[in-house]
Amino acid sequence: MPLIVLILFAVIGTWTSFYTIPAESEGVVLRFGKYIYKVAPGLHFKLPFGIDSVIAVTIQRQLKQEFGFATPDYTNPDQVGTDPAKEQSMVTGDLNSVLVEWILQYRITESEKYLFAVREPGRTLRDISESVMREVVGDRTVDEVITVGRQDIEITALHRMREMAERYHLGVSVDQVQLKNVNPPEPVQASFNEVNRAQQDRENSINVANGEYNKTVPRARGEADRKIRAAEGYQFKRINEAEGDVTAFNAVLEQFVKAPEVTRARIYLETLGDVLPQAGQSVIVDESVQQILPMLPFPSRPVEGSQ
Amino acid sequence: MRSMRSLSIAAVIAIAFVSFLSMYTVNQTEQVIITQFGRPVGEPITSAGLHLKLPLIQQVMRFDQRYLEWDGPMVEMPTKDKTYVQVETFARWRIKDPMHYYLRLRDERSAQSRLEDILGSETRTAIAKHELIEAVRTNKARQPLLDESLTGASTGVGTLGVLHPIRYGRLEIEKGVIDAAAQKLGEFGIELLDVRFKRINYHPQVLERIHQRMISERLQIAQRFRSEGEGEAARISGKKERDINEIESTAYKRVQEIRGEADAKATEIYAKAYTQRPEAADFYRFLKSMETYHKIINKDATIVLSTNSDLFALLKRIEQKSGD
Repeated sequence: MPLIVLILFAVIGTWTSFYTIPAESEGVVLRFGKYIYKVAPGLHFKLPFGIDSVIAVTIQRQLKQEFGFATPDYTNPDQVGTDPAKEQSMVTGDLNSVLVEWILQYRITESEKYLFAVREPGRTLRDISESVMREVVGDRTVDEVITVGRQDIEITALHRMREMAERYHLGVSVDQVQLKNVNPPEPVQASFNEVNRAQQDRENSINVANGEYNKTVPRARGEADRKIRAAEGYQFKRINEAEGDVTAFNAVLEQFVKAPEVTRARIYLETLGDVLPQAGQSVIVDESVQQILPMLPFPSRPVEGSQ
Repeated sequence: MRSMRSLSIAAVIAIAFVSFLSMYTVNQTEQVIITQFGRPVGEPITSAGLHLKLPLIQQVMRFDQRYLEWDGPMVEMPTKDKTYVQVETFARWRIKDPMHYYLRLRDERSAQSRLEDILGSETRTAIAKHELIEAVRTNKARQPLLDESLTGASTGVGTLGVLHPIRYGRLEIEKGVIDAAAQKLGEFGIELLDVRFKRINYHPQVLERIHQRMISERLQIAQRFRSEGEGEAARISGKKERDINEIESTAYKRVQEIRGEADAKATEIYAKAYTQRPEAADFYRFLKSMETYHKIINKDATIVLSTNSDLFALLKRIEQKSGD
């Protein structure tokens, strides 16, 4: 009888003395409820009969919390909140309302703090995250939150959340804060789109006007150049002609000076010889004849020299 | 002998039983006070591990040693500027003095309800003392980043991209709540780690008006963009006209200069040639007259020449001779 009790005692003792810690985790060993040490993954020995107890904590694994939305099929109970619609609604620093969705990536780094310092560390981190995000968004304008300030918000929120996690002794390290959808409230969204459209309209008006400018001004410039070139052509022509004329004149003048009278008479007669046959009618009047005018106008048919 | 043995076994069992009753463990997350007939005795035990007490007459009261949560419900309240908001607050606290805590509150449920009373009313007071913006913003000095595309071309009219100024800010209001509540909660053996606003949102009825304002603000921006576009287009069109006039008139001016220069130069060349010596001017006039005859006499012209002219002088003389 005592032997059976002893064997049973030994079996239970052995059975409760060995335990394994899975990978990615570390074991926190308590003796009579008091924390004594941590162990790495693998097979380990402890005191039996409930003297030592072990808690395995998954450290190093990236954990995620979602705010303002909920992805189904999660294993971490702290991943989603109870009311995502309430989480996303915030007031901005210009007293507008905005809907923000974000996620938080964190790891458990100090398992004894995570286990013993705070009850509900996951929920506490959620509270901190919501509070900090509203603090950061509350210091920004709605346009910053929606467009230009996103990265700035992520960085500022990350720093604040780290600070708070430290202060609350959570034993976690906040690795990343990422903004997801950030939108104006549903009834206002149309008017935000209207602003985008108006922006496009502005660009369009400017483009059309620039098109009109580009259509006419370069052509006018070319036309102006053409006129100037033409004037320059006129200049060459005028000067060259003048010089040509003068050269010709000088040549003739030289001969004229040698025999002025003869040359003059020759040119005069040559000219009249050329010119008179061209005329429709030639009338030769004696110098003594007076009153020639009453005879005019002459008939259109050519007449032989009168008198 | 036999009865001695069974007696000793009974004694061992009794000792084991008594010592089992007089031992207790304190978990790492716990703190403990010992009560004797319902009355606390000795100092609270905050160190984890195995401890001893008197069996049967002493009881173990266990309390949490960790930071505990308090998540306030959503409460509607007005701010100083009469805006109705919905506020949710959370706090983290700890049982610092389990003796006081046990005597005044007994358990966590009544602690939660006391926290609710005190923090709820302090929050309400703090919110009512300040304008909404004070509870929303934090950093007094912060200048907002400007969205270039929204404020780009001309500086905007209105409050767009402007943070409302504050005097205290969210953290100071929170600190006010903590300071006021910490003292009151201290009497219950509670230490307050932090109180923070988790959510502050407009009351749904106010929200509708906020949306209206946001819409009108956006539409005003849209109008400004359109007007800017039209203004810019008009400016470009004006520049177009200006440039065309400038180009054309500059060209005209240049053309006139060049032509004038050309004419002047030609005139100079001619004048120089025709005045080089006295006969030149005379000869030029003669030549030019001759040349002009070529130009002005055509088939429609009638020429009346006197017999006294150089050409016909001979003709007259011969006639005179025959007549004599």
